[in-house]
Amino acid sequence: MTKNLRVKSSKLVDETYRISFKFNGTTYYGFKGDTLASALLANNIHLVGRSFKYHRPRGIMTAGSEEPNAIVQLHNGTSRTEPNVRATEIEIYEGLVATSQNCWPSVKFDIGGINNFLSPLLPAGFYYKTFMWPASFWEKYEYFIRKSAGLGKSPDVPDPDIYEHKYIHCDVLVIGAGISGLIAAKTSAKSGFKTLLVEEKSYLGGSTIYQDSEFFKINNQNSASWLEKEINEVKKIENLEIKTRTSVAAFHGYNFLLARENLTDHLPLEQRENKTRQRLLKIRAKKVITATGSIERPLIFDNNDRPGILLSSAIKKYADLFGVACGEKNILFTNNDSVYETAISLIQKGIKVQAIIDNREEIDSKLIKETEKNNIKIYKGYTIVDTFGYKRINSVSIMKLSKDGQKVIGSKENISCDSLGISGGWTPAVHLFTQSGGKLKFRDDDQVFIPNTYPSNQISIGSCNGDFTLDEILINTPKLLKEFLNIKKTEYENIEIYSAFNKSKRNIWLLPSNKIVGKTKSFVDFQNDATAKDIKLALREGFRSIEHVKRYTTTGMGTDQGKLGNMHALGIISETASSKMGELGTTTFRPPYTPLTFGTIVGRNVGKYFDIIRKTPIHEWHVENKAEFENVGQWKRAWYYPQNGENMHEAVQRESKAARDSAGILDASTLGKIDIQGTDASEFLNRVYTNAWSKLEIGKCRYGLMLNEDGMVYDDGVTTRLDENHYIMTTTTGGAATVLGKLEDYLQTEWPELDVYLTSVTDHYATISVCGPNSKKIIQKVIPEIDLSDKDFPHMSFKNSKIGNVKCRVMRISFTGEQCYEINIQANYAKSVWENCMEAGKDFNITPYGTETMHLLRAEKGFIIAGQDTDATMTPIDLQMDWIVSKKKFDFIGKRSLYRSDTIREDRKQLVGLITDNPEEILEEGAQIVADMNKKPIEMLGHVTSSYFSPNLKKSIALGVVKGGKNMMGQKLIIPMEKKQINVTVTDPVFLDKENKRLNA
Amino acid sequence: MFLINCPFCGEREQSEFKAGGEAHIVRPKQPTELSDDQWAEYLFMRKNIKGIQFERWNHIHGCRKWFNMVRDTSNDEIKAVYKMGEKPPVK
Repeated sequence: MTKNLRVKSSKLVDETYRISFKFNGTTYYGFKGDTLASALLANNIHLVGRSFKYHRPRGIMTAGSEEPNAIVQLHNGTSRTEPNVRATEIEIYEGLVATSQNCWPSVKFDIGGINNFLSPLLPAGFYYKTFMWPASFWEKYEYFIRKSAGLGKSPDVPDPDIYEHKYIHCDVLVIGAGISGLIAAKTSAKSGFKTLLVEEKSYLGGSTIYQDSEFFKINNQNSASWLEKEINEVKKIENLEIKTRTSVAAFHGYNFLLARENLTDHLPLEQRENKTRQRLLKIRAKKVITATGSIERPLIFDNNDRPGILLSSAIKKYADLFGVACGEKNILFTNNDSVYETAISLIQKGIKVQAIIDNREEIDSKLIKETEKNNIKIYKGYTIVDTFGYKRINSVSIMKLSKDGQKVIGSKENISCDSLGISGGWTPAVHLFTQSGGKLKFRDDDQVFIPNTYPSNQISIGSCNGDFTLDEILINTPKLLKEFLNIKKTEYENIEIYSAFNKSKRNIWLLPSNKIVGKTKSFVDFQNDATAKDIKLALREGFRSIEHVKRYTTTGMGTDQGKLGNMHALGIISETASSKMGELGTTTFRPPYTPLTFGTIVGRNVGKYFDIIRKTPIHEWHVENKAEFENVGQWKRAWYYPQNGENMHEAVQRESKAARDSAGILDASTLGKIDIQGTDASEFLNRVYTNAWSKLEIGKCRYGLMLNEDGMVYDDGVTTRLDENHYIMTTTTGGAATVLGKLEDYLQTEWPELDVYLTSVTDHYATISVCGPNSKKIIQKVIPEIDLSDKDFPHMSFKNSKIGNVKCRVMRISFTGEQCYEINIQANYAKSVWENCMEAGKDFNITPYGTETMHLLRAEKGFIIAGQDTDATMTPIDLQMDWIVSKKKFDFIGKRSLYRSDTIREDRKQLVGLITDNPEEILEEGAQIVADMNKKPIEMLGHVTSSYFSPNLKKSIALGVVKGGKNMMGQKLIIPMEKKQINVTVTDPVFLDKENKRLNA
Repeated sequence: MFLINCPFCGEREQSEFKAGGEAHIVRPKQPTELSDDQWAEYLFMRKNIKGIQFERWNHIHGCRKWFNMVRDTSNDEIKAVYKMGEKPPVK
């Protein structure tokens, strides 16, 4: 049944501009300015989705971001499909395609609807209670639960749209461009403050912009006309920036806010090409004015969720703003004056109001009189007890309320309708305020939570501050602004206001019914299908805290975060448990206020921009020579250089052999380098390393271990004494930044008396390491002037030299166990020096090797890698490196911890070598090590930390940590694998050249 | 996100800083003379106060200087910042 329910011209819709769109496969038409919801309603479509748990038919309920039901899947190619889009917010564009969610095969006939009839079997906590046992069945249950969980479908290919982040700094941020927000923005900007005004919707003016009747006047003009003039002025103010379609998602401490600016979602598809879709604004404001308005409350009665039941304010908004009638026979149901505003709007537009049901018995206001003048029957002191119609409401049953409002009396009366507008009063939108750390207070008069104490430089104004009527807003807002902005005067001092609104209200959280609660379905959370019955059940089962009731019943846990029903949940708990609302508190309001897409959160940090990539100055050479790369922190390091289709194992075997047989070359530029200067540099090193440094001669290098204060190995590396008061320290690649940070910490906070200066020079120098029996000959060719004789330049020493005119430092240090020279040179010369080395080494089969070969070579020699063979539980003693711990030094970082009762235990895990019985068998790094497979439970003694096949020793070698391993030399242990057991023998961790003949050769 | 008034650089975003735990814990001058319990007290025991807390912060992406902060952990209000070695300006 399609009908055109478009009435008279409206504020927002351009009827000369027709737009076609598809909903559930059918093509419909709307106008420019329509939201998907208003366009569907104009086509007489209310049923848009199915509820989450019971699959009940659901319709559009609101006209804003608080919408619980009308959430749809948008389709725009497979990569741009988007779930959970609120039909009430998305503006239609040519080519829009949307479908209902959570229903199969269709929204009109949904198999899951059977859950509605099974609902007595699906109480609150159903899943917790039912799937507890037998525990082994969980995996079977999970499959079916997962299938029924979730709303909508996420895209399964990368998001092709562009998103970005932007920082904004302003004096004053105003959130919300309703009447109070506009007054605030204008006052602030005109007082000289750099002001930013953000508004979630596409237009300014909030609900006052369509409050167009003689019952609401400002300075003798209808409030809408007065506000329109204000808006025109506001738009002209120079130091005021206005951002519409911008929703504040989070309000953090110190006035830091996140907002999402929607830039293209309302545009026709062809106009979106190459444009940024959404922008995440990171706003730091000196002052924040929150004017987020309020959200109309529903009423809680039996079957209050049928399609065709809307908030009364939404019906008014659809009529006034979009020129759409939500029905041809409207009933309005209220406990306050708001629906009479709706009624008058509908009358003005010629839309029929069938009847008004008002909880209040004795009421009188100008709005009511006006309504009655139009022969609309008002049932005073009545309530709705039930509604009818499966896919669309078709009638309501009403009964008289008792004096105390606790029960219904008299006989039932039925009234037919095709739309029902409900109003339970208004809830201030305090979400952002409480996110910022603000504390609320409960106002008993009208049962609302309003801001009480502010944690930062901010205020709330207008209806989010509990000022609901035009007169309250226009009297209180200028007063608040004067004090907050510290100004003498505003333009709004002698303003004349006329409001016909009567503030009386009869608040009943759960309306009584002629049925017992257990037989009713009175929805509190529409999206998650939590009913008043569920909340009462939770209380009967002993839940008291609002946070517990929320999680047990899932009230407020949908994508709408319970914007409509949370207050009623609180109200029902307070009535049932006889506790005071103010003392119950509220659940925690968490960001984001409305859902954000991942794209917006991530911004431009995708693909190659995900993280910083650091490359060495020799990187291009590695690329040209077909290196495979490994990520080490942010660094790209050459991993191995495959030749002629070699796999990694083959390449590494070749590289390792070449390095020991003749010559290998490694780019070691990523090692951290810290320049240390000052008269106390030696003393400083004494304190941070475990070994002694004072006697290190100038021109000599020394290996050092650095511990944490808890005695555990933290980092290692070679430090060279360049001069009396000048050292250069190397750190591991990954540890560079944290080591510098730790050293700075001690220098600045514990030992400020030391004259020491630290400078990171990691990026300034490149390090080229040439090793192997022929390394000396190669270096000699590259640096002819240097004396490389063992006597003049022994292992662990250093020389300044020159390559051409460029100064360099040469260290004879080794991480491979071979004779090895490291050239440190200014980074921009590094590639040419590397090429020199390659040229000079041609005759010696110089072989570039990567990190994998480096790891293998050092493992043959039993050198540890801090972070691979150690974790934060290994002391130097555990590593069998007692030799590096000075007994003489009075103190160093971690010293005292080396003889705590725990660190001197004999059965700590200790580093050992592991040799497999079968020399071909390579262990898996991380594999568990055990001694006895028969005694259950099997005791885990440790694990393998490094494992390789050594081409130089022609057997498998491994390092591992084993409980009490130090005293297990020669003992047989077992590595249990999935399908076999591998037998190993514990050995010394040094496999090759224990006498250091190669190093000193 | 805090706005932190670095005593050397002025107001900067929290993302430029690193928190460094409780302030005014002095490293013992003669660790070797301490019992295991005394050393453990220095090494492991830290307060976690709801209310006024004295903390170390490092302007790691700025001047790299360490400094102290007095912060009310119940509402995140920063009461004061002061240089290392200085006495706290509030109690």
